[in-house]
Amino acid sequence: MSQAAASHAAAHAVEPAESPLTPESWGKLGMWIFLAGDAVGFGTLLAAYGGMRATSTDWPVPYEVLGINLTAAMTFLLICSSVTMVKALEWLGKGDRGKCNRFLLMTALGGAIFVGLQAYEWTHLIHAGLHIDGNPWGAALFGTSFFIITGFHGMHVTGGVIYLLAVMGVVSRRPDPAASYNVVEIVGLYWHFVDLVWIMVFTFMYLL
Amino acid sequence: MAGAHKHPNYMAIFWWLAVLTVIEIGVVFLPFGKFVNGTLLCALALGKASMVAMYFMHLKFETRTLGLIAITPLVIATLLVFVILPDSFYVDHKTANVKPATSAPAKH
Repeated sequence: MSQAAASHAAAHAVEPAESPLTPESWGKLGMWIFLAGDAVGFGTLLAAYGGMRATSTDWPVPYEVLGINLTAAMTFLLICSSVTMVKALEWLGKGDRGKCNRFLLMTALGGAIFVGLQAYEWTHLIHAGLHIDGNPWGAALFGTSFFIITGFHGMHVTGGVIYLLAVMGVVSRRPDPAASYNVVEIVGLYWHFVDLVWIMVFTFMYLL
Repeated sequence: MAGAHKHPNYMAIFWWLAVLTVIEIGVVFLPFGKFVNGTLLCALALGKASMVAMYFMHLKFETRTLGLIAITPLVIATLLVFVILPDSFYVDHKTANVKPATSAPAKH
């Protein structure tokens, strides 16, 4: 018994300091688990959207009411910001902190412009009569779900812009590029996830 | 750490995503009916999303277990759709439209 306890203690002493799934860092595993949870949130919202739409008799045809030209441009913008994000990590891997930060700034700018366009879109639609509790085209829940889901995503983009700016601070404070590689990789995971979610939202709420 | 991943060709992924987005918008106006269009759009969206996850998020180069963690939310959401969907069978889409005549289509 005491031997078992001793071996247990010994096992504890040599507990792996390395994350088994992501040997580079525990932080990366943490971000993946957070994103999986966040994805359940978005998945639930989109499934609920589908459920409400399927049980409704007067759901408006989204692309006729919302217009998809602006949102298509916004989708393209977010894809571009994913590219600048991978470029930032690539430059940091090559040891160039300045170029890394320049690409991080471009990524953050892309996100900021996205949120700005979304604000413009919302204003336009609200003036056209789309409200959270009703709209001129049919089911009131159409407006409710539209504002909640695109709003939830917009908040993620806003948070991501702040996160990116904070990571730029980390990169410029640490003289050794390798010391911030992980931090940039993790913010990248978040940013690409926000892009991925928008791909789904764009399809399910605008195109379908 | 740095350089541990094989770097995929990011620009190729970018062009794929851009082209698939254009195709998606084209699909909306195809005359194949709701079901075919819907299936096509879902497939395209899932394809684009997995490209982002596999290459931009490097999931292709991670351990299998991390991939399982990443795919779980999609499984949950899909199950949820099938749990909710039966409700729609109780709605008579032909006769239940009781929108009052006052709702003129909005000019937009």
